[in-house]
Amino acid sequence: MAIIALHQVSKRYPGGFEALKAVSFSVESGEMLFLTGHSGAGKTTLLKLIAAIERANGGTVLVNGQNVSSMRSSAIPYLRRNLGLVFQGQKLLYDRSVFDNVMLPLIVTGQPYREAARRARAALDKVGLLTREKANPVTLSGGEQQRLCVARAVVNRPAILLADEPTASLDAAYADEIMEMFYAFHQVGVTVLVATHDQQLIGKYRKRVLMLDHGRLQ
Amino acid sequence: MRVWLQHHRLSLAQTTARLSNSPFATTLNVLAIGVALALPFGVYCMLSNLESLSRKISVDPQLTVFLARDAAKAEVAAVETRLRGARGVRAVRFISRDAALADLGRAGGMQEVIASLPQNPLPDAFVVTLATSDPILADRLELEFKGLPKVAYVQADSAWVRRLDALLRLGRTGVVLLAGLLGLALVAVTFNTIRLQILTQRDEIELCRLIGATHAYIRRPFFYLGSLLGMLGGVAALGIVGAGLAFLNRDLGALAQLYGADLRLAFPNPQEMGAVLGSAAVLGWLGAYISVSRHLLEAPRR
Repeated sequence: MAIIALHQVSKRYPGGFEALKAVSFSVESGEMLFLTGHSGAGKTTLLKLIAAIERANGGTVLVNGQNVSSMRSSAIPYLRRNLGLVFQGQKLLYDRSVFDNVMLPLIVTGQPYREAARRARAALDKVGLLTREKANPVTLSGGEQQRLCVARAVVNRPAILLADEPTASLDAAYADEIMEMFYAFHQVGVTVLVATHDQQLIGKYRKRVLMLDHGRLQ
Repeated sequence: MRVWLQHHRLSLAQTTARLSNSPFATTLNVLAIGVALALPFGVYCMLSNLESLSRKISVDPQLTVFLARDAAKAEVAAVETRLRGARGVRAVRFISRDAALADLGRAGGMQEVIASLPQNPLPDAFVVTLATSDPILADRLELEFKGLPKVAYVQADSAWVRRLDALLRLGRTGVVLLAGLLGLALVAVTFNTIRLQILTQRDEIELCRLIGATHAYIRRPFFYLGSLLGMLGGVAALGIVGAGLAFLNRDLGALAQLYGADLRLAFPNPQEMGAVLGSAAVLGWLGAYISVSRHLLEAPRR
């Protein structure tokens, strides 16, 4: 069953720039796939439409069978609780510890504290940051910060993981590490959609690749 | 339900932490609100004191009814019956013209003057004590008694009570206006404080949106912040007014001793204090509400 389905989706930004033109594709539950294309091809816009951060001007965006493009704004938080987002420039909060950063999604969704703490530690363990839980994110390296973002994205056990250039600012070793994590989540049944322009990284995995060119799917 | 309580507890904890993390700014904000509230509340307290004073002084409002000099005994008796029968009258005391003249004679140095008079120039009179100090009642009775046959003149000694009453009413209107104006100031102060807080937490708010926080979750801590600021301001206002009254009482005590009277300003009662705190909290909440709806909704869905 398709967990994500886009049909004839277009997105035009105020000012007239057409980011996406008649894009259609679907993603099976549990699938892992890459979204690639030159910079400005519309990768980020596509992910934003799925996460209801932007609204499509035409077509339908179905996530879990719900039409995201016509969703009431009060329903959007509940959609996002099924999504793990690793976005470019997504901020860590530097006024609290690594542990508290990972706790935030659980507190927001109202998990009991004890259970939440257990899951936060499990997520930190998965990305290898359990020993740094009391540290401030500022003291982490770039790779560690990105791993912290991944931990925060998966701590709520989302069905879908969306990542926008998760390896952009990392050297090859760190990038591999992050991608391996995504692959591991895919293997336990999470649907993973990664936008990246790193062809080398894509080549390592035999997965479906969506290619965007000036807002059109090739 | 438990989730909801946990969220509220967390919001409150966050809010208090935020306030105590910036003690200087918090103190200034609280003082600004406190002074704004202390002004109308202080004036209100003074007015209440004046009012109770005026009630204490005019416990026995009286009308003096002077009869015409040619009133016959039967006519005097008829007027007396009417006076006693009127509603709102507690007591009627008759002062005959002879008794009045004798009274006057007792006053020093008047005997010779009186003796030289060919006849008693004074009329018979009734002193009517009213049941309450209600100025409307006094007005009504004064008019009614003036219309009685053989009544020459009615003197109300409640005129000054009425004047004071009118002044107090003017003062009350002033307090309402002042309270309204400074309540607006309170709303403005919290509005601005919350706006700054929203700006400094922009990143956190954006992030919370992305990880599925509801609108209510995002707004809640700001409502707490507004209400708490208002309430602390209310406490400051009570402190300011209390200290002011204590100061005045010290000086008033010395003055009262000179006059041999017991004059003390009463402190506001618990209901009044509760009302100040409650309305301060509500106004703070209102400022937060306006600020949150303007600045959180205004932000693009990013």
